[in-house]
This record gives sequence, structure tokens and C-alpha cells, in this order.
Amino acid sequence: MTDTGSPPDGGQDYEESLAKSDRSVASFARSHTPIETLQHVLHGNPTLVPVIVLIVSVGIFGLIAGERFFSAFNLTLIIQQVSIIGMLAAAQSLVILTAGIDLSVAAIMVLMSVIAGKLSIEMGVPAPLALLVAFAGGTAAGLLNGFLVTKAKLPPFITTLGTWSIFYALNLWLSGAQSIRSSDLDEQAPFLKFFGNVIEIGGARITFGSILMVLVFVALWYALNKTAWGRHVYAVGDDKEAAELAGIRTDRTLLSVYGLAGLVCAIAAWASIGRVGSISPQAFYEGNLQSITAVVIGGISLFGGRGSILGALFGALIVGVFQSGLRLAGVDVLWQVFAIGWLIIIAVAIDQWIRKVSA
Amino acid sequence: MTRTIALASTAALALTLGAGGASAQDDVLACLITKTDTNPFFVKMKEGASEKAGELGIELNTYAGKLDGDVETQIAAVESCIAAGASGILITPSDSRALVPVIEQAKDAGLLVIALDTPFEPADAAHATFATDNFKAGELIGQWARATIDDPANAKIALLDLNASEVSVDYLRDQGFMTGFGIDVKDPTDIGDEDDPRIVGHDVTDGNEQGGREAMENLLQVDSGINVVYTINEPAAAGAYAALESFGLADQATIVSVDGGCPGVEDVKAGIIGATSMQFPLRMASLGVEAIAQYAKDGSVPQPTDGLDFFNTGVTLVTDQPVEGLESIGSDEALEQCWG
Repeated sequence: MTDTGSPPDGGQDYEESLAKSDRSVASFARSHTPIETLQHVLHGNPTLVPVIVLIVSVGIFGLIAGERFFSAFNLTLIIQQVSIIGMLAAAQSLVILTAGIDLSVAAIMVLMSVIAGKLSIEMGVPAPLALLVAFAGGTAAGLLNGFLVTKAKLPPFITTLGTWSIFYALNLWLSGAQSIRSSDLDEQAPFLKFFGNVIEIGGARITFGSILMVLVFVALWYALNKTAWGRHVYAVGDDKEAAELAGIRTDRTLLSVYGLAGLVCAIAAWASIGRVGSISPQAFYEGNLQSITAVVIGGISLFGGRGSILGALFGALIVGVFQSGLRLAGVDVLWQVFAIGWLIIIAVAIDQWIRKVSA
Repeated sequence: MTRTIALASTAALALTLGAGGASAQDDVLACLITKTDTNPFFVKMKEGASEKAGELGIELNTYAGKLDGDVETQIAAVESCIAAGASGILITPSDSRALVPVIEQAKDAGLLVIALDTPFEPADAAHATFATDNFKAGELIGQWARATIDDPANAKIALLDLNASEVSVDYLRDQGFMTGFGIDVKDPTDIGDEDDPRIVGHDVTDGNEQGGREAMENLLQVDSGINVVYTINEPAAAGAYAALESFGLADQATIVSVDGGCPGVEDVKAGIIGATSMQFPLRMASLGVEAIAQYAKDGSVPQPTDGLDFFNTGVTLVTDQPVEGLESIGSDEALEQCWG
């Protein structure tokens, strides 16, 4: 920079030498290592990490467990197995994007499946009507969470920790802790098992429930990325006060997020009946935590405002791939749990690292 | 001086009477502590205990953990019972070992402790255990399966167990089944150390439909030719059937289970479950309450069944395809005795 060539002969020639000087704006000296470049790319595309992990893990398990793992049949089975947790993760993502957390998602889902089952099997309500009641109930349950968070100003963690227990207790009370049998559903309300139907293409077996999961994600992705509402959700999650100053009605946005999450849980309830085959009040007890696992592995920041909802889909699939792959490789259940634990920690560590990037 | 003491003791006596209630039997307090109050099995237990307590005119306090494995809540419940001056505790321990110290405390405080359904480790941590012979329960369905299927020497067997912690009920049923079927179980307290080639695999179900379905799907992925399915309980069996059905293999496999819950017996009737071993939670709890009442009266402790280290409350094979040499009852008869 200091070397400007030979000294000018006349006073008027200084501009000439200036032309040879560094024209860039003053900046901190830094070199971009490949790692930093990667960090930047990942910061811009938070879904990239789970996609890469998913592809790599499918490849690795394909090599370890071979044909049995890497068949159309098994891969579609994995999608089928994660479909319910996937939908819960979609609901969970909505809430986590607002820097909240919803511990009650699985409890809402199971409660709504029990309500739909009780109404149609024991009270003779037509199945579609029973489902509408369940959808309304799921939305109401979500709105209750939202109300407690926005109006009563309770932290989301505490609110949903409480409603988790409340919904679980209601579920046990309504169901008497008894499952509704598959054969009763077949006789009286086969419509409730609609999402258990299967489309077979070659060896692949795609259930309606798997398709529903993808549709739920696509719809929510559209709403979050292509509508004003979606931008508001991200804004509230990123910085609630700034969003408020910018004129966003943050409470209303939050309320809509919790309500929608409840509705998604109720839709998942319908799908879960098809998936499990019966209505079990004891199933999915850890569904809330599994949904959080999927969201976190999917690269959605627990601090809100960052990450794509599609990440949660990949997160759920990664968990499914690990479980299936490890099982087919003959690994004991306890080591599967161990592996998922590390996945969570590594995912959050990567998120923290990406967040440190200087934009 | 003497007069003062007399007065004081009268007052103390009056206090005791006042606190204890009207009749002498009302002084007896029994506690029932179950793993959860949600599982129909424990609901039935509570029903049996309440009925018997009402009949004998003794007071009953019931406690339950929030979920299976909730040790803290059970410890707190035992402590409450000691503090309340109960005569005895009936408990289904959520953890066979972790609860032993607090149970020792209860015994030291003079309470009769009876383990229901799940024994302690060591079993003599409690005064007595009232339980289903879970090994026998497994053995019965194992024998039945061997006698029923076409070619037991070349069977392909899936075992759907409870969870990763391998509690005693889990391994007793699992290993009992194998023994009945004629498989060398090696260590009878360890699931999964067997090397019989007929075993396709073990997986866990958490004892519910969803877990049963997923576990069955996984094992069918390992070998789609599975034709014998052992399940820890009937909800898991229902899930296994759903998986077989979705693979189009519903007719290929014989499912056996343990419990005797009403939905499970219905499934036996419908041909979904081939055979199940029925246990009797109501009887367990009502016998337990009787034992506490007896202990409060004369201090006698219940004795184990001959040849076992626990009091056997019985197990009955339920099937609509009876096998010669194996005592069983049909599903219609079982529906009158089932629980839940």
C-alpha cells in the first residue's frame, strides 16, 4: 500500500500515483479459511447441515447394514415410522421459532386421538364430526398455551410443562387408561384409520400418513416464508421488542402460533390412529421430547428466529435413519439411545458455532 | 404425683382414641403404592384393595408414581406411610433395588411390607411378595406355541420385550417363554445372551401399541419369515399384529402374550393373539390387604408358596385352541375374569 512506484516528477501528477493505490474501503485484515467460508455458508443456509448429515448417514448405514437398510421398502418404512414425531416436530418448530418451547405437543395429540375415538366409538358420533371436534380441541389447547404465555406472561417452558400434565391427566381420565382396539375402529369408524392406507410402488410402501407429514411441512414452510404472518413469526422470535416497535402485534402473532401448533397436533392425532392401528392413551409419552430432538437436530435455533421448518423434517428423518440403521446393524437399544443423545449435543454445538459467525 | 401421671396417661389415651377414630379396626391403616395409577392393571389392583379394605373396615391410602420408573414419588409415598403410622404397605416397586433402603426404614418402623407383582432385589427386602409367577406365565405360552405351530424346530421367533432396563418382570416372562419353547436361555436373568438360531431378534416396546408396532416392523425387516411372536403384554401384541397386517403377513405368525387384560382377551377371541397368560391383580391386592389386617391383629407375617420365594397369586393360560397336557380356559370364560 505504501509502495506507490517511483516518486512523481511534478506536483500535478499525484493523482496518477493514487490510481495505483489500494481502492478498497478500510477494513480489518482477515483471511477467509475454508472453515470460515463453510461457517458463512451454513449461517446463510441453516438447513444444509441436517441435509448433509441425513445423506451421509443414509450412505454409511447403507454400507454397514447393506441391502436390508438401503431398500425402497425400508427407506419408506423409516418415513412411516417418523411421520407422527415429524408432524409434532413441525408444530414444535413453530413455537421454537418464536423462542418458545412446547412440552405439551404429544399430550395434545394423544388427548385429541382419545377424544375422536371416544366420540365415534362410544357415543356414535360420525367420524368426520368427531375429528372436527378434535381439531377444534387441539386448537383450543394450543390457544390455552398461547393465552398463558401472552396474557398471563408465563414462560413457555413452565406453561407447557403444566399443560402437558393437565392434558395427560385428561387423556387418562377420558380413556380410563384403556386402548380402543383396532377391530372396534375397523367396525365402527374406519375413517379414523384413513392415514394408515398405503400406496405401493414397487417395494416402496408410502402411507397416507407419510404424505400428510410432507404436506404439513410444505404448507407451514410456505406460510412461514411467503406470507407476512411468517415474517412476523421470525421477527418475534428474533427480537420481540424490536418486532413490537416495528408495529407487529406480537401477542396476536404468538397466540396464532400456539393455536396453529395445537391444530397441527390434532391433525397428527388423526394420522397417529392410522399409524398405530389403535388408540392408545399410553403411546407417545416421550413424543414431546422426541419432537424437540428432531427440531434441534434439524438446525432450528432454540433461541428463536433462525432456522427453516424443513430442518425439523430432516431432523426427524435423521433420528429415524439412525434408529433403523443401528437396529439392522444389530446394535443394542441402549446404544441407540446413546447415539441419539450425542446427535442432539453435536447439533446444538454446531448451531452455537454457526451463530458466532460475524456477518 | 401419682395423680398427675394418671391424669396425663388418661389424656394421652383420649388423644390416641380421638386421633384414631371410633372403632378399633379403624385404627388400622394400609397403604397401596403402585407404579402408576394409569395402567389398568394397577387400577384393578386399587379396586381390589379398596373393596377389601371397605369390607374389613380398615383405612386405605393409595399412592402412585407418575410413570413406570418414577422412584422419587414412590420413596416419598413410603415415607408418608411411615409418618402416618400405617400398619403395612403394599407396593409395586418401580425399581426393584432403588427402593430397598426406604423399605428397610419402613420395616424398622414396624410396618409390614408386601411387594405386589414385582419382587424386590433381594426379594427378602420385603416381608413377602404377592405376585404372578411371571416365569411360569412365560413358560405356559412358550409350551403352547411349541405345541401349536407346524415346525417348531425351524421356527423364526421375534421377542418383543419391555424396555432397555430389563426389569425382572421383563426377563422372567421372556426367559420363561424361551424355556417353554425349548430354547437354551443361558443366563436366565439376561435377555439376549441366547445363541439359538431360531431367534430372529429382541426389540423393546414400552408395553404399548405404538412400541409394539415399531418393534415388530424392525424385526420383520431383519427377517420377514417370522412365525412366532412373543410379546411382553397385550397392547404390545396388538401393535405387533398391526405391523404384521401392514406387511401383509397377518396369517403367517402366531402371537403369544401375557396379562389377561380384557382388550387382550378380546384379541384372543378374535384370533389376533393365539394364547395369553392371565394374571390376577385384584386378587393380589385384596390378599395383601387381608395380610395387613391380620398383621395388625396378631403380628403374623404371610408365608410364601411352597417351592417359591413368593406367594403365588396364580396364572392361567387363555386360548381358544387348547393343547393336550396344558391346562387352559377359553376366551369366553376368561372374559368373566379379566381385568381392565
